[in-house]
Amino acid sequence: MGFLDTLFGRTKPVQPKLDDLFALPSAAITLQAATGFAPTGSGSVCFRAVEGKTFSDVQAEVRELLDMDSGKPGGGLPVEVTKDSYGFTWLVSSHMSDELDALVTDLHAVNSALVDNGFGPQLLCTLVAFRDQAERRLALVYLYKRGTFYPFAPLSGERRDNALELQVRGALGEDLKIEQDLTKWFPVWGAPGL
Amino acid sequence: MAARTRYAPDRGLTVRMTATMFLLGLVFVAFVALIIGIMTAVHASGAAIVLVALIFGGGSAILSLFYSDKIALAAAGAIEVSPQQAPQLHGVVDRLCALADMDKPRVAIAPTDMPNAFATGRNSKNSVLVVTEGLLRRLDRDELEGVLAHELSHVAHKDVQVMTVASLLAIVAGLLVRFAFYSELFGGGRRNNDQNAFPVILVIMVVSAVVYAISFLLIRLLSRYRELAADRSGALLTGQPSALASALQKVSGAMSRIPTQDLRAAEPLNAFYFAPAMRLNGNGPSLSTLFSTHPSLEKRLEQLAKIQRQLGQASPR
Repeated sequence: MGFLDTLFGRTKPVQPKLDDLFALPSAAITLQAATGFAPTGSGSVCFRAVEGKTFSDVQAEVRELLDMDSGKPGGGLPVEVTKDSYGFTWLVSSHMSDELDALVTDLHAVNSALVDNGFGPQLLCTLVAFRDQAERRLALVYLYKRGTFYPFAPLSGERRDNALELQVRGALGEDLKIEQDLTKWFPVWGAPGL
Repeated sequence: MAARTRYAPDRGLTVRMTATMFLLGLVFVAFVALIIGIMTAVHASGAAIVLVALIFGGGSAILSLFYSDKIALAAAGAIEVSPQQAPQLHGVVDRLCALADMDKPRVAIAPTDMPNAFATGRNSKNSVLVVTEGLLRRLDRDELEGVLAHELSHVAHKDVQVMTVASLLAIVAGLLVRFAFYSELFGGGRRNNDQNAFPVILVIMVVSAVVYAISFLLIRLLSRYRELAADRSGALLTGQPSALASALQKVSGAMSRIPTQDLRAAEPLNAFYFAPAMRLNGNGPSLSTLFSTHPSLEKRLEQLAKIQRQLGQASPR
């Protein structure tokens, strides 16, 4: 934000960065090789819905678009829509575990639909779920506004497996832009699709 | 590519804010020029007083800016809370900060029933966001989010810094009035040595008093514009202008039912609150709006309704 914008109190809504999301499929291969965590095939987009009909129309449109392919090979399951306890909306897309490319394409479709309709600033994060042999849960969270990823490993009772998260950061450092500022690794407890 | 957006800036507000800041600057320059003019005309005798006022005023402004977070926390009796102690509150702040791409301020809770919130601190790293227990109790999730977005906008707009600089003039002018008065009171014995001292001090006192009054009104005006700007950015951040409107109504309604003793204690913090804790009453609506740090409820609701229409536009401009 520029000096004048600060001086006049004109915060500009931050536009999301979308492109870095496509680094995910190749990073997933690295992750599996290094830590044994494999994608579950489910991922989600989280955004803050704007009040009013215009936004809900756009949301319905996106849903229709993604559901068109469901049932076909590589199309995945119909999209699930949930609202979390903070009032944010999550669109969950579920595919087979080896269809990470298709999943990322789905997620990108949601992003570009919102951006094209002028609602880009409402995008919060995208989350792609992973699991290992021991059924430990892990998510890679993509922060739209910064274009960076961070790992989130929830344990039972709203605790985080920080050791695992740091291990993942080390493993993926060369494949993904990892968020350097640890204070921005906010927890997404109970995120759908995780 | 120029991003297509529903989030058009409010030109009118920018123009009014520019005009106010320009006037404040003008008064400051005129003030300094006048003082220098008086000094040179009468071969300087009060220069020391002006210098001391500048040093004291500037020093106290810098100190209060530097320690604003600690002073405000102590004054409100607020206690900083960790994410473990207040997970829901931290969760809302986390998400808003991620949406706005800003650093997360510290979060504190003040144990009073008065529903309110404020944010202060010299920069975004040292900011602290305070909410009262009364606010947490009365507002629902979306309303609380709206209030927090408003406060985070104050942090993003660096309102504490801007208002500190803006009030520097008033502080210096106010100090000059006092110094001139005391020096007249206790320095009377020296008058025989310098025949010009008495009128010079008197003139400085009058000029300072006038400047103080004008800058006081301008600062209040600026504060009202910045509240509107924070409402606006907050509503655009969450995309829920009506949740903020509903919070405003709830907080303003509850505020007037609280006994005045609590409010008097809260008055020094007024400028940074979400809604004013103290209402000036008596001299009719026009005078109290002139002195108020916050715009009237009607004005704030009107602006939010306008934003709501903007967000609902079928095709972005």
